[in-house]
Amino acid sequence: MESTLKNYKDKLPIKLLDEIRENTPKGVSSSRVKKIADAVLEEFSSSQVEPGESVGIVSAESLGEPGTQMTLNTFHFAGVAEMNVTMGLPRIIEILDGRKKIATPMMEIYLKSPYNKGKDIKKIAESIKESELKEFIIEVDINIAEINIDVKLNTAKLKEAGIKDQEIIKVVEKLSKNCTAKINDSSLLIKLKGKDQNINELYKIKEKIKSIYISGIKGVSQVLPVRREDEFIIITAGTNLKDILELEFVDDKKTVSNDIYEIESVLGIEAARQAMINEIFKVIETQGLNIDIRHIMLVSDVICNLGKIKGITRYGIVSEKPSVLARASFETPIRHLINASMIGEVDELNSVIENVMLNQPIPVGTGIMKLYSK
Amino acid sequence: MTEVLHNGKFIGTVHDPKEVITQFKEERRKGKISSEINISYNEKSDDLLIESTKGRVTRPLIVVKDSKPLLTQKHIEQLEKGEITYSDLILQGVIEYVDAGEEENALVSFKEEEITDKHTHLELLPLAMVGLATSLVPFGNFNASTRLNAGSKNQKQALGFYAANYLVRMDMDVNLLHSPQIPIVTSVTHTISDYEKHPAGQNIIVAVMSFDGYNMEDAIVINQGSIQRGLARSTYYRPEIAAELRYQGGLIDEISIPDKEVRGYRSEQDYRYLEEDGIIFPEAQVTEGDVIIGKSSPPRFLSSLDEYNLTQSQRRESSTAMKHGERGTIDFVMITENEEGNKLVQVRLRDQRIPEIGDKFTSRHGQKGVVGLIVPQNDMPFSANGITPDLLFNPHGIPSRMTISHLVELVGGKVGALSGRYIDGTTFTSENEVDLRKELQSRGFRDDGTETMYNGRTGEMFSAKIFVGNMYYLKLKHMVANKLHSRARGPIQLLTRQPTEGRAKEGGLRLGEMEKDTFVAHGASLLLKDRFDSDKTVVPVCEECGLIAIHDEFKNRSYCSVCGDNTVITNIELSYAFKLMLDELKTLGIYPKLTLEDRY
Repeated sequence: MESTLKNYKDKLPIKLLDEIRENTPKGVSSSRVKKIADAVLEEFSSSQVEPGESVGIVSAESLGEPGTQMTLNTFHFAGVAEMNVTMGLPRIIEILDGRKKIATPMMEIYLKSPYNKGKDIKKIAESIKESELKEFIIEVDINIAEINIDVKLNTAKLKEAGIKDQEIIKVVEKLSKNCTAKINDSSLLIKLKGKDQNINELYKIKEKIKSIYISGIKGVSQVLPVRREDEFIIITAGTNLKDILELEFVDDKKTVSNDIYEIESVLGIEAARQAMINEIFKVIETQGLNIDIRHIMLVSDVICNLGKIKGITRYGIVSEKPSVLARASFETPIRHLINASMIGEVDELNSVIENVMLNQPIPVGTGIMKLYSK
Repeated sequence: MTEVLHNGKFIGTVHDPKEVITQFKEERRKGKISSEINISYNEKSDDLLIESTKGRVTRPLIVVKDSKPLLTQKHIEQLEKGEITYSDLILQGVIEYVDAGEEENALVSFKEEEITDKHTHLELLPLAMVGLATSLVPFGNFNASTRLNAGSKNQKQALGFYAANYLVRMDMDVNLLHSPQIPIVTSVTHTISDYEKHPAGQNIIVAVMSFDGYNMEDAIVINQGSIQRGLARSTYYRPEIAAELRYQGGLIDEISIPDKEVRGYRSEQDYRYLEEDGIIFPEAQVTEGDVIIGKSSPPRFLSSLDEYNLTQSQRRESSTAMKHGERGTIDFVMITENEEGNKLVQVRLRDQRIPEIGDKFTSRHGQKGVVGLIVPQNDMPFSANGITPDLLFNPHGIPSRMTISHLVELVGGKVGALSGRYIDGTTFTSENEVDLRKELQSRGFRDDGTETMYNGRTGEMFSAKIFVGNMYYLKLKHMVANKLHSRARGPIQLLTRQPTEGRAKEGGLRLGEMEKDTFVAHGASLLLKDRFDSDKTVVPVCEECGLIAIHDEFKNRSYCSVCGDNTVITNIELSYAFKLMLDELKTLGIYPKLTLEDRY
């Protein structure tokens, strides 16, 4: 069998060859294997795009036409802690534009066994959530006479979160070089060191105290444990994929963020491409539309093929077009023309839009062939 | 303590706002305070608001006291006899005008029977909740509000008898319906608004049935016999105006048959209808291109140089001619002066419009449609009595729109026509549908309005009973004659050499950006090129400098304005728009160099 399939190495993709190997029963004669492979080859070549097919425009139309029917609604999670997620057209625009700051960053954190069966799910979720000291403070008082700050802490809450007194003292003392902190029962006493005890310094510290980072993953502002099929996952508002993936209880193979840029920086461009495909497909699916995934794949490929994310904007993909006229035909024409003229750019008239402008046959479809004579 | 605000300005406080209001209103009803001042109490903000500004919307209501309206039978009798007038009722405090604020404190009953001890006012008429045009829709209370809106909107576009002095008027774009009729099914608004003096439709026989699919999608089928008898015929009037304008240097336009020397002289044929004074004679049958008012203007730019010119500088032709696709008869010619004392000529054009396929018609219920087919009378279905309908309306228009009034009017119209009386179809207070049906039955017809009908072509009886009756139909001002447009060749724009835009300029229909994309998607490369060939030009290009060269037709040689005669100049074919863009780039200081390559 292997010897027969060898001949198809250049003709069929590895994945299809593997499939043939897998699905062919053992002991099939090589002539039969050849028949099978020929049938696969025929099917494969008939499903390939024909040369000159305008895949780009067809994809653009296939995405653009249903886009007109999309509604601007946002999707809401039912439950106690409501989270809203950008969906529909705004989300698609966000992805395709390659925005660095997306409107609603979120993660879906999958957990390793046994946590994915619901073990300590609430506790884990809370531990991920970024918390600041103000959440544990009841009251802050400045004693001007004594020159100190008296912070009343919510001990019950601290205990629940598993934060030790020493940890708090450590972070508070980091605020200023000349301050010391002490904890008596439920009150945190902050004093200034040294002789020149400055009230202003004390005020500054008081303002900073509230926003001291205590625990959790930075950037995760909300957590929501939910059951997805038969496992528990944690949905978060705000993302920090890098830190999350380092946690031991997180299943780093399944956990995803919806921030394409973040995925690109943490997992690389191939992951970003796949994430983009998934995200766009998810939107289209929830809208009840039906777009062939290959169109989305093509768009994602175009956005990612330079090794970094280039949105479909005049600063992204369009600025990478080799033709001056093609760039000029999409927003800010004068700028492109002037910049091109300064360096003496040459337009080879190789793509569609330039030839439409000049009223020449466009090099797609029937126009891709040329007649040569000697 | 309640704050009192007059027109939004604080003027004082009162203890008992409700008592103040009752007193105020009593005084107003007695006529001691102007009836145009309104007072209201806002419980939420505890404010007493007195309003006397202009621009408030107020509406009349009958005052109710002790669960009885103040307007009595006696008042009505007095009104009928002419002993009192409507304004007396306001002075007596029987009717008062209430504004938006005061309305909030009032409880208005729609009907006299429904008055309880809580009501403060009675509506003059339940119909008052809709506007004038909407109240012209008969049996409007059977409909959804959206359809009432559509119905009233359609009526505004109906052709009718707009003014009795139309013969001496010079209105723009006017249509007059021939032999308009008063509707059989009327409403009180028809009487109030003198509808019989300016009717806008005709009573016709409508059968609700399909016909060979020619009344699909809201289309209607019309009986050709009815059209030949004058159904929905109208006349279209349009004035053409020309004035002798004065220019600098004592020059003036001249209304006359233009000289042959005049620049832009048309052909003699075009001026054939003009009389000596340069104006067309009445009753001339004109078509496109014919001159209506001959006029010539002085040359446009009279520079000092021209004075030394040997040839007398030419006058320009500026006649008024029939536009593309227009035809008609000259109806009326008028010669006067305008405000500046210049000669002003107004010519009115008349064109008879006989209903044709594509003209728009509607009933009064928002059931508009376009004529899909005109059927010879002998092919139309007919009833057992030998009645052929004038119009066939498709039943599919009814279920989704739920215009029950359309059906009720049909029955009502039938009853009215049979009994020889007008039917009151006033919204909310119309004649009872059940009674109408009974009356129809007593006239020897089926009470649901259906009749046995026969196929006009075969004579076979239809197995279904057809719903037929009389309806008031309106011809709308949208007629194909004013909209039909096509172009194969025609005028082009000066700047881009692309076809002009719009029907008036005999323009083309643009194949836009997105349409272009579909051609690209199909890979129809050469078809796309062919479509965009409308501004194709052949341009000589200097291969040396890559700029557009000059071709001298007289000497039949090409040269480059930069490189001179000794260069290779090649003709290339491209869109004029691109050539224009290259020129514009040059004005920006950008040097667009064309590098030519052999195509093969």
